[in-house]
Amino acid sequence: MDTPILADADDTWTVAGRRFRSRLVVGTGKYKSLEETAAAIEASGAEMVTVAVRRVNLSDPGAPMLQDYVDPKRYTYLPNTAGCHTAKDAVRTLRLAREAGGWSLVKLEVLGPPPHLYPDMAATFEAAEALLRDGFEVMVYCADDPVAAKRLEEMGCAAIMPLGAPIGSGLGLQNPAMLSILIGQARVPVLVDAGVGTASDAAIAMELGCDAVLLNSALAHAGDPVRMARAMRLAVQAGRLAHLAGRMPRRMGADPSSPLTGLIR
Amino acid sequence: MRERLEVVLNGERRALPGPATVAVLLAEIGLDARKVAVERNEEIVPRSAYGATWLASGDALEIVHFIGGG
Repeated sequence: MDTPILADADDTWTVAGRRFRSRLVVGTGKYKSLEETAAAIEASGAEMVTVAVRRVNLSDPGAPMLQDYVDPKRYTYLPNTAGCHTAKDAVRTLRLAREAGGWSLVKLEVLGPPPHLYPDMAATFEAAEALLRDGFEVMVYCADDPVAAKRLEEMGCAAIMPLGAPIGSGLGLQNPAMLSILIGQARVPVLVDAGVGTASDAAIAMELGCDAVLLNSALAHAGDPVRMARAMRLAVQAGRLAHLAGRMPRRMGADPSSPLTGLIR
Repeated sequence: MRERLEVVLNGERRALPGPATVAVLLAEIGLDARKVAVERNEEIVPRSAYGATWLASGDALEIVHFIGGG
């Protein structure tokens, strides 16, 4: 089934010199199979996908690889540093990613310990500095902290990606006020990354004015990932259109929509 | 007699029958060099240098690729 494109075709966003029409960035993890991964990503309309870097399984070198299902020529691969808890590990991982993929746009995330995996901002600054010095274009996962976000932007990060809620929690945006502040002050793209659970969460993120939404579990752990991918695609477009349209003012009292004149007596 | 090499490959010891470059090692394992990245003793080996990079006993090698992730 074709999902209609509702958003304006010329409403694009740009990161590190690359222009994207889709404002939905999706992960490629946690799906039941590579076939399901490919189908969900296709349905999402995403143009950029996050990927992890891991050791090749040497006992099964002929096993199908992600690239065979999600074509790096069609989708912009955004290698991540998931599982990295130190700046050193994150930098090492992304240097390998750059060699494997041949491009320098990356997602940096340096995480604190389970169960929250909250961004470790001190280590994130350290890793961002090393990566920027080494010529990487860094999209950075971070706390919803406007001071930290501004500092990352001033260091030269290509995009700021505050969490909506802990990774994989599906709790939705827990701190929309702070995300709004962060979006309002940013001069680089802001993506809400992590925490989106269902379509309305993605719409809310877009209504706040962020440039795009990044999610993975909300699709991979949905009952029907392909159908949820369609829902997310529409939700992101709906939220974007609502943001551009400008919502009506909130008011405490009622304001009838039908005229009060000409009533029968 | 040719000297046997022993390297640590993705964290596991592996004996190689004789002198080998990174390119030879990848071919022996059966990996497509275009889909992986190789680190030797914590230094990236550029893809263009696979054929010229000879392994030494005790080398620690990491061979990685892209997998699904969020």
